[in-house]
Amino acid sequence: MRKLLLAAALSAAAGAAAAQAAVEPAAVVKTYADVALAGYQDALSTAKTLQQAVDALIAKPSADALRAARKAWLDARVPYQQTEAFRFGNPIVDDWEGQVNAWPLDEGMIDYVDASYGTESDVNAYYVVNVIANEKLSVGGKPIDASAITAELLRDTLHEADGNEANVATGYHAVEFLLWGQDLNGSGPAPADRKGTPQERHAGNRPHTDFDPKACTGGHCERRAQYLKVATDLLVSDLEEMVGNWQAGGAARQAVESDPKAGLAAMLTGLGSLSYGELAGERMKLGLMLHDPEEEHDCFSDNTHNSHYYNQQGIVNVYLGRYARTGGGEVKGASLSDLVRARDAALDKEVRAKLDATLAAMQAMRDRAEKVETYDQMIAEGNAEGNAVVQAAIDRLVDQTRSLERVIALLDLGNIELEGSDSLDNPQAVFQ
Amino acid sequence: MKFAVAAPVAALALALGAARAASPGQAQRPDLSAQDLARVAEIVRPARDFSAAEQFEAMQGGAGTVADKIVNPDIFSHPAANLSFEARQEFLVGNGLFRKNWVSSPSSTQASDGLGPLFNARSCQACHVKDGRGTVPGFDPLERSDAVALLLRLSVPAKEGSAPRVDQGEVASLPDPVYGHQLQPFAVPGLPAEGQIRIDYAEVPVALAGGETATLMSPTYRVTDLGYGPLHPDVRFSPRLAPPMLGMGLLEAIHENDILANAGRDPGDGISGRVNWLRDPRTGERVLGRFNWKAGQPDVAHQAAAAFSGDMGLSTPLFPSHYGDCTPAQKACLEMPHGAQPHLGEHEVPERLMHFVEVYSLNLALPQRRDVDDARVLAGKKLFYESNCIGCHVPKYVTRRDAARPEHRFQLIWPYTDLLLHDMGPGLADGQDEGDAGGREWRTPPLWGIGLTKTVNPNATWLHDGRARTLLEAVLWHGGEAQAARDRVVAMTPQERADLIRFLESL
Repeated sequence: MRKLLLAAALSAAAGAAAAQAAVEPAAVVKTYADVALAGYQDALSTAKTLQQAVDALIAKPSADALRAARKAWLDARVPYQQTEAFRFGNPIVDDWEGQVNAWPLDEGMIDYVDASYGTESDVNAYYVVNVIANEKLSVGGKPIDASAITAELLRDTLHEADGNEANVATGYHAVEFLLWGQDLNGSGPAPADRKGTPQERHAGNRPHTDFDPKACTGGHCERRAQYLKVATDLLVSDLEEMVGNWQAGGAARQAVESDPKAGLAAMLTGLGSLSYGELAGERMKLGLMLHDPEEEHDCFSDNTHNSHYYNQQGIVNVYLGRYARTGGGEVKGASLSDLVRARDAALDKEVRAKLDATLAAMQAMRDRAEKVETYDQMIAEGNAEGNAVVQAAIDRLVDQTRSLERVIALLDLGNIELEGSDSLDNPQAVFQ
Repeated sequence: MKFAVAAPVAALALALGAARAASPGQAQRPDLSAQDLARVAEIVRPARDFSAAEQFEAMQGGAGTVADKIVNPDIFSHPAANLSFEARQEFLVGNGLFRKNWVSSPSSTQASDGLGPLFNARSCQACHVKDGRGTVPGFDPLERSDAVALLLRLSVPAKEGSAPRVDQGEVASLPDPVYGHQLQPFAVPGLPAEGQIRIDYAEVPVALAGGETATLMSPTYRVTDLGYGPLHPDVRFSPRLAPPMLGMGLLEAIHENDILANAGRDPGDGISGRVNWLRDPRTGERVLGRFNWKAGQPDVAHQAAAAFSGDMGLSTPLFPSHYGDCTPAQKACLEMPHGAQPHLGEHEVPERLMHFVEVYSLNLALPQRRDVDDARVLAGKKLFYESNCIGCHVPKYVTRRDAARPEHRFQLIWPYTDLLLHDMGPGLADGQDEGDAGGREWRTPPLWGIGLTKTVNPNATWLHDGRARTLLEAVLWHGGEAQAARDRVVAMTPQERADLIRFLESL
């Protein structure tokens, strides 16, 4: 019933604005699903490029091969981080995300770590388990046969072992750790002998010989290479699964297209939750408040500035209903922006202006990371200038969420859970 | 001191109620209008019809219940559905702090240090596994994990003639003079840990009607590797497992008068719940205990600060010692560096960080119930009522209209607890006082979410020390005031018992 009313109201509004073509919610959610599909396809294709680079590194370890694999990882993050706009609001994506992009991780479970990392942690029996160095593990009182590093071992036994979310065995950040190693520079300066951008000088500095059984550094090079291979292959297969979910007939696409109003709510919940809670809150504000380099999203590669920037780009994509594909070309269609403009052109203008302002603040952070200092240096205690750059991006994220809340009100999508009738027909009804 | 007879108390409450308001017998709710009061009285009346689910029953945490999430190991970790974006941000920052590993001082990350010197865990989530129940070391002596979620409270009995209550500080009991209020099995580098918990289990078979047998695991606790000399000869151990984190803001928003009304009524079977009255360490005011296994903490803020202090050795505005549970007898402990930095405030975890942890802890969402209309679930629900489980596990409440936070106001919630202390018999007794709570008394734990316990943590078990491997074992451990209800479960047919468990699993 409410759905019909909304559709009627929207049509009426569209009719009133004579210059605007009528925008149907169904068309808007279709664009949304199309952008999601294209985003995950690009994430998949770039992950396959990464897979080839990893295979090349393992086949013939060299500094160049490692550099190429790192570049492929950085390139793969560009489309993936944009897809995070689909995570919140779509339970299918949220359910899957943990095996693909979980952070922070206790890297000591995977491989050797610096002595400063400590040798034991009550928090986590897997803290310095070091799967790469140990074929037999006895942790949590249970023997684990790790003689073969397989997808099953990583996904079913080690990932979130003992329910500890820091036991991240799979996904982008596990691969990132293997390609870069620990960033031991904290929020301090980069070592004087390293060259390149702040990111290249300050990030982890694993040598390519860690993957070379003939000139092995770090020990257990074959197992390390095997781990990298398995984790990368898993990433590819996980992304294949998510592409399937957004193809015609896929479960995630159906979930938003079968009920366009719920689809619109999912879109806006996703944008608001990513902006305000996840990005401005857990990923940025917490680290800035604690001045803690461990609270950096891409902490091994020092790529956090890009990771945050492309999250915001993903938010813009969803609102504008357009996405610039990795290989060129564009997906576009009826958008939330069109829908809002038809009812309240001023609000649409406001939202677009605020999204642009956030992107600009993220760009400033990116510029600083490319020319001056890395993200973990920016959040360091006493770095007033760096702190301010990060804070500015947080402020813009918060500000854009306020306007998104107005969009939710405009489209009459607020508190869907709260608006159940007092009827047993609706299992989500609540007393009020 | 227990009331020997519950009836006169109930009669007194009734008389007072009649004198004060138009609806005799109803607990007074100054936050509600007469019209609200009537609606609330109607909706919280215990179920009478078990042929179908009750209205709103699936949304057991009110409007904050998450209904659209996939049931997976993250199902206890979602923010309440009715949080604003702003509160959601505070929740997520709090989540970051909840899983944060604190480090020992001094460290390069000054805002994150201050751990210990003695501690049980480095982070909140280390014990509250995925916001659910903690894990006990395990029942198989050959496969004991290093689980940290079970801690050992220590206390000594009050001397004859001395004040029977100790209600200052983090824990309302008399500590061991050397080891303090609890055993910390870890210490920062350079300091010995206090000791390690060892558990021996004896198997106790229990015959059930219909030819079934259950086996209870009866634990005995000891401490080895003592780091600071012998324990006090009269010391008593109270093992405590980290409980789930669900819906605590809603429990806090239950009106005190509703809890007092629970204490004033006579549910039969000799059940008479008691309030654990505590004294707020800051204001000195008398406050009603609601949280932890003995209702030894009045609210989430105190509970969280007590955990920071006792479990992690971190100072907060409520419990400002930087040394946590170090006692004067542990001199080396008191000489270790602490993590408070003058420019960051006088506490290792300052107020602004505690605020986020509190918002987080108050707002973990209840999952929607599953299968509320299933015939077996409904049959089990009927048995739950008929066995008088609801004598203590009071099904529902409507929270205060004037609750501190908007998302907790006027919500119909289904926690299945009276938040009161009950004598649970010798089998569960720990012999340890905590405030008004005696050595055989425990607070009725909420049951909401209990059916998803193992979805969230496959190794989780039940009761205050995790001795119950199944929900049925947990029921069978009930004694004292719950003996009659427990005996009814023993006497059930196997099908009835299965239905009862099926109901619990739907929560």
